[in-house]
Amino acid sequence: MNSRLKWRPRLTDGTAPVLVVLAVLLVALAFAGPAYSEPAGYLALLKRAAPLVILAIGQYLVIVSGGFDLSVGSLVTAEVVIAARLINGDDGNTVWVVALLLGFGVLVGLVNGLITTRLLVPSFIVTLGMLLVLDGAVFLWTGGAPRGALSESFRVPGRGSLEIPVLGQVPWSVLILLVVLVGAVLFMRGGTGRTLIAVGDNENAVRLAGGRVDRLRLLAFVSSGLLAALAAILLAGFAGVSAQVGRGLEFRAITAVVLGGVLLGGGRGSVVAAAAGALSLEALFSLLKLVGVSGALESAVQGVIIIAAVAYAAHGAGLRQKLRIRKPAPALP
Amino acid sequence: MSVVQEKVSVVRRAAPQGRRFVLTPTVTVYLALVALLVVGSVLVGLKGGVLLDEGGILNILTRSTVLGLVAVGQTMAIVTGSLDLSVAYLIGLCSLVAAETMAGDTSMIAPAVVLVLVVAASVGLVNGLVITVLKANAFIATLGVALILRGYLEHNYTGPAGSVPRAFQHLGYDRIGPIPAATLLMLLIAAGVWWYLRRTRTGYHMYAVGGDIEVARLSGVRTSRTIVTAHVLCSLMAGLAGIFLASRLGSGAPYVGMDAGYDLESIAAVVLGGTVLAGGRGGVVGTIGGVLILSTLDTVFDDLAVDPFFKNVVRGVVLIIAVALYARSKGNGRTS
Repeated sequence: MNSRLKWRPRLTDGTAPVLVVLAVLLVALAFAGPAYSEPAGYLALLKRAAPLVILAIGQYLVIVSGGFDLSVGSLVTAEVVIAARLINGDDGNTVWVVALLLGFGVLVGLVNGLITTRLLVPSFIVTLGMLLVLDGAVFLWTGGAPRGALSESFRVPGRGSLEIPVLGQVPWSVLILLVVLVGAVLFMRGGTGRTLIAVGDNENAVRLAGGRVDRLRLLAFVSSGLLAALAAILLAGFAGVSAQVGRGLEFRAITAVVLGGVLLGGGRGSVVAAAAGALSLEALFSLLKLVGVSGALESAVQGVIIIAAVAYAAHGAGLRQKLRIRKPAPALP
Repeated sequence: MSVVQEKVSVVRRAAPQGRRFVLTPTVTVYLALVALLVVGSVLVGLKGGVLLDEGGILNILTRSTVLGLVAVGQTMAIVTGSLDLSVAYLIGLCSLVAAETMAGDTSMIAPAVVLVLVVAASVGLVNGLVITVLKANAFIATLGVALILRGYLEHNYTGPAGSVPRAFQHLGYDRIGPIPAATLLMLLIAAGVWWYLRRTRTGYHMYAVGGDIEVARLSGVRTSRTIVTAHVLCSLMAGLAGIFLASRLGSGAPYVGMDAGYDLESIAAVVLGGTVLAGGRGGVVGTIGGVLILSTLDTVFDDLAVDPFFKNVVRGVVLIIAVALYARSKGNGRTS
């Protein structure tokens, strides 16, 4: 599609703008708040952003393969409520509950994926249905308000830190985020990841070429469910139990992915850009708070941003070309 | 055979089957509605109640009015291959504009209604222009506009504001026999939209654009204009829903649309009614069926005193099953 990719192999097309935006935001943060004059401030930002970035990575996998996952927000809420109810403040329950939560995430992703691929229902509808089911089921089970409590050990990944020789206190969630990100990047560079993008671009071509389209899309949904479960564990540790914890997260994750220049409908975009999009979003919200913009306007800003990001993605090629013409461009092969 | 490239890969193995009688989604949805009414009546009857007494019918129809208005508008957007996530906040905004402009004054009713329609139309215009001029995906464009509206509402309002005059509340509460007047109005508007979609040039263009925008463009359809029109009309319907809610509630409520989830709910009703989410197929008649099913479900659950959260579970399941059924039957339902 883009022949220039040949001489710019490292960054996928569309990654550069969001990295620039992120860099500008991070520098602006340093000027706006004294907390950001040292690494600890940025580590705190990363820690805050970790759940959203992880969700965005999961959402990226689904979007790039041509789908949507609207169920992640309610899945996060469900996971947190389930965790509180089952752990009930007892440290002894932590391990099996964490395993159960991850399993539940996989299960939800599996159901989403199977209905999408086997019953041929558009993923928008499937995950919308799943959103309703999870919302209803969780509160049916808890009777309207979350009950129980989280254990101390359960909250460690979300708010604890690890002492690392050179860096000092590094939050667990940042380490987990790094592992997920590296894993996702390696996956997307491998054959399976590349085929996943191809599925989003042209499903029929992949099928005719012998690719297992259904399995790949299923894999995307399962990963999204699993990562949502992981995000829920971090979020629960960080913010505690609430019935509103996941509200709107699905749209926020989609915003982050789109901000990263990933094409809705699939086939284009990189996972690093999606993660950078999530981090930029979180950095922007921190910046707005520091500057003193009311929290109520946060969503308005989010709205303007996603429209601008998509408009830029649609017209950016033209804009870039104009810029290139003005200054003498390096000779193209 | 099926190397035909579909926009959304729903149809895959369109197995060539003989020309059997096939239930179209519209027929299916009304059959399902009848079945639901029968089963609901039996279930409610077992608990010693009556589902379709005057109160029950009134309940179903009142619930259907707002959702019906929004969903009929949403049908136009979805048929055109778009969708509108901004309706929920727009409803809240419109109810506020209506109630605050009226401020209890009967003489301000007409100006308020006009103002609401202008506000709604301009939001629709913005939606349409963002999609066509900025070339943003409809999902993102309307989500963005929805977030902007939400920011505005959250920044300026904390609760209900304004008040409508007593005379205006007739719109929300008057009825003819067991049928609310507003429901009749809603059905009248729905009939108008049906006529518009099926009998006018722009209506056909909407189907053409939703079916395949490139083909429509190459056939000489002004695709951008069609999309913008669909969004303006969709927002106007949401504006009407806001006016109706203001009249029922007596004041404007910023989150009335969002609390009821009219954005996703209206899409669910449209899809339940057999309109294809990717556009180009479906229509208002099915949508009204979908709306009636959703509100009948609600009423049955209320009569059975089922846990309100259980409703969502059933809705989600019904939605997925319905669309799965349509996806199955579509292969042989549309061979040409």
